[in-house]
Amino acid sequence: MSFVYFIFIPMLAALVIPFLFKKVCGIHTGWFVLAVPVVLFGLYTTLLPMVQRGESRSSSFDWIPSLDISFISYIDGLSLLFSLLITGIGSLVVLYSIFYLDKTREQLHNFYVYLLLFMTAMLGVVQSDHLISLYFFWELTSISSFLLIGYWYKRDRSRFGALKSMMITVFGGLMMLGGFVLLSIMGDTYSIRELIGQAPELANHKWFVWSLVLVLLGAFTKSAQFPFYIWLPDAMEAPTPVSAYLHSATMVKAGLYIVARFTPLYASSEYWIWLVTGIGLLTLFWGSFFALKQTDLKGILAFSTVSQLGLIMSLLGAGAISFHTGVEDDSIFKYAAFAAIFHLVNHATFKGSLFMIAGIIDHETGTRDIRKLGGLMSLMPITFTIALIGSFSMAGLPPFNGFLSKEMFLTGMLSIPEFNLFAFDTWGILFPIIAWIASVFTFVYSFYFVFRTFTGKHKPDLLPKQAHEAPIGMLISPAILGSLVVAIFFIPNVIGDALVKPAVMAIQPFLYTSPNDIDIHISAWHGFKIELWMTIGIVLIGYLLYRTLSKWQPLYSKFPEGFSLNRLYDTMMYLSEVGTNRLSRMYMTGYMRSYLVYMFTGIILLSISTVLIKDAFEVSFATLAPIRFFELIIALVLVAGTVTILLAKSRLTSIIALGAVGYTVALFFVIFNAPDLALTQLVIETISVALFLLAFYHLPKLNRHENRMKFRLGNALVALGVGITITIIALSAHSQKLVPSISSYYEKTVYTEAGGGNIVNVILVDYRGFDTLFEIAVLAIASLGIIAMIKLRLTKKKEVNRLEDK
Amino acid sequence: MKTNDVILQTTTKLVFFIIILFSIHIFFAGHYAPGGGFVGGLLTASGIVLLLLAYDIKTVTTALPINYTVMTAIGLLISLGTAAGSIIFDVPFFTHAFDYFDLPLLGKQSLHTAMLFDTGVYLVVVGVTMTIIQSIGADD
Repeated sequence: MSFVYFIFIPMLAALVIPFLFKKVCGIHTGWFVLAVPVVLFGLYTTLLPMVQRGESRSSSFDWIPSLDISFISYIDGLSLLFSLLITGIGSLVVLYSIFYLDKTREQLHNFYVYLLLFMTAMLGVVQSDHLISLYFFWELTSISSFLLIGYWYKRDRSRFGALKSMMITVFGGLMMLGGFVLLSIMGDTYSIRELIGQAPELANHKWFVWSLVLVLLGAFTKSAQFPFYIWLPDAMEAPTPVSAYLHSATMVKAGLYIVARFTPLYASSEYWIWLVTGIGLLTLFWGSFFALKQTDLKGILAFSTVSQLGLIMSLLGAGAISFHTGVEDDSIFKYAAFAAIFHLVNHATFKGSLFMIAGIIDHETGTRDIRKLGGLMSLMPITFTIALIGSFSMAGLPPFNGFLSKEMFLTGMLSIPEFNLFAFDTWGILFPIIAWIASVFTFVYSFYFVFRTFTGKHKPDLLPKQAHEAPIGMLISPAILGSLVVAIFFIPNVIGDALVKPAVMAIQPFLYTSPNDIDIHISAWHGFKIELWMTIGIVLIGYLLYRTLSKWQPLYSKFPEGFSLNRLYDTMMYLSEVGTNRLSRMYMTGYMRSYLVYMFTGIILLSISTVLIKDAFEVSFATLAPIRFFELIIALVLVAGTVTILLAKSRLTSIIALGAVGYTVALFFVIFNAPDLALTQLVIETISVALFLLAFYHLPKLNRHENRMKFRLGNALVALGVGITITIIALSAHSQKLVPSISSYYEKTVYTEAGGGNIVNVILVDYRGFDTLFEIAVLAIASLGIIAMIKLRLTKKKEVNRLEDK
Repeated sequence: MKTNDVILQTTTKLVFFIIILFSIHIFFAGHYAPGGGFVGGLLTASGIVLLLLAYDIKTVTTALPINYTVMTAIGLLISLGTAAGSIIFDVPFFTHAFDYFDLPLLGKQSLHTAMLFDTGVYLVVVGVTMTIIQSIGADD
């Protein structure tokens, strides 16, 4: 089976969704959509045994062969893990959305088309082995995310959030494209695997660090790392299924995927390790600290996602250290990559369920404001249970999967100071400290999330709706995720062997040859080691902080708003809008003559400087024919006509003189044996004189006797310049032939190849058919423009004012 | 101001058809002799402009009820379709084909896909020119 085609299945399914939505009104469209991820999930699970043996599967088809661009699906442990996440969580999210989105009130066809588009994009990102198609899918995820965040497009906040996420992630994507281009130039290939194969040589290349930084910018913006995380909280305006799917489980992990995928290539660089680990930890702390400031349930979860992404990022960075320590060294860095992937899976389970819980609360009470909520435990017992499981796992408590990965995380961070390369032994001591502080805040916000919502006093008068338990269909998906959270704690090694180890293989191929070599065993009990004491410390301090939360939470409002990153973004957007507006107003005067001056000046500068730089000026009269008497006369008529245009006292005379000039030029064509040109020139001249007369009617009445145009030095210079330029170029072009003329080729082939006799016309329709095609397209556009200008123009002054007020 | 242009109108009635015939001739002859879709289109347009000068815009629109914007669109479609049609035959975009056929009355003639393309050009040129002249002329 060619797995590359499976990437496109969701996109193809998206084609029929609008029809299903319009025609089959009785059944919620989501049920049809559900089949797609479920089937794909089933298909991808058949590959599990293969990746456990450490093998991979590659299939491809050409997209643009002439540019060497193709879709290559390369499935190894890492790709498969992500593919399973995308389709697995995707199935649950679609199931959940069926009950979350009302089939009569919502624009379901839009929603599911975007969602399926995203699914294809995301599968493409994690399976592409080709840098350019990877970038293509990468931007497609940004675009589908934009569409999904702006799904309720009538809300201002939705549009704002959509635009913000788009601006930031597309900025990162473009940076990443730059990195990819550098990589492909350095390695002379687009294939990621081949690049990884050349890693030792590439590391010494002068562009290596540049490409590293650019690729990381892409990864950091997408994965909401500091300081780019600001788009994620605003993205919470999306419908909750989207937040659960894109903004916690899959899309934001694309950045992690990129970091993991490129670790074998970049691990040798200290910049990589410092940047990935450092930014990751900073994000972890920042996100967990500011999560407590939030009052919106989804806002808390958004900051928590930011923080957890930072955690995984820092683990991936620590995992890269093992490139330097090697496999013999029994240090803990080997485990860091394992812990990263393991936590990635865990995070998808507990955060997915928590998002769905937030959606349920929103759906059943009408608000997500934590200040209005409380005491829902007795009203929504099942929801509460699932929320409790998810939160405790997030806080890192047993018996939930979050405990296991948090222990591994602490182990990894503790060992960083032992690493004595790149000055980690001096500064590395900061890492476990930051990690511990961040974990304390993680504990606090987990408790904050669940207990402020479900315990305490119920405030029914603050809620827009009467709170009650959610329908069973809505609870299925979070319940499945919740039970996974518990199950993974008890059977971590099943997940570890089936999913995590093959993925680790892809991240650390320099350590292992097959997944079976990875001698990592997850266990909940390590004995009384320092990690356990740290966890106990987290619980104690965290509980203390949670109890005193109301005392110190107001401190957040003391932070100066003016210096926040959000303010920076707003200011930048505002300035760019105002700035570009000012810039274009500066030169867009609205007068035709200004534009002509720009164009002519441009022509003069470009042409003359080219002539000067290339030293191209040359005059030779050797090949010229003698000037005949009547030619001289025609030339004189031409000059006289031109002078008349300029000096004529009425417009009518000018127009007629212009026609005379045109006909004289046509005469020249006749003399020099160009019947096609002569014919065209004659007809065009006729029509344009008629056109001028028509347009003449509309020009303002202006008597040249009274208002003689003033002499303008600037215009005179431009006019003189154009004349001189054209003369110089015409003389030079005629005096030297750098390349042999193409006309002999035309002569030879016009009958045999093109089946015609008139070279001019064959050039138009065949040799240079593209030119003609685009020319007639431009003509058509111009005619539309004229219709718009003349027929649709605003006549009343009032109407113009009204538009400007907007 | 009412002018007496009987002479112009009478001549136009005759000349118009000559111009149109000539333009069609030039259009078809284009591949072997001077002419082609572009000039042919312009000539046709100039014929119609002559009508417009002799009569007024209302009379001409009643006599020739053509929507020139649609004409432009059709022309563009024909041209683009001819160019794109080659893809179906698995040859690069814009590959033309021609062959010789024995046609009744006309004898041995070459038929050329370039002609189709030129038809598109012809229609676009007529359409655009007339759209411009009509929009400016009709606007009072």
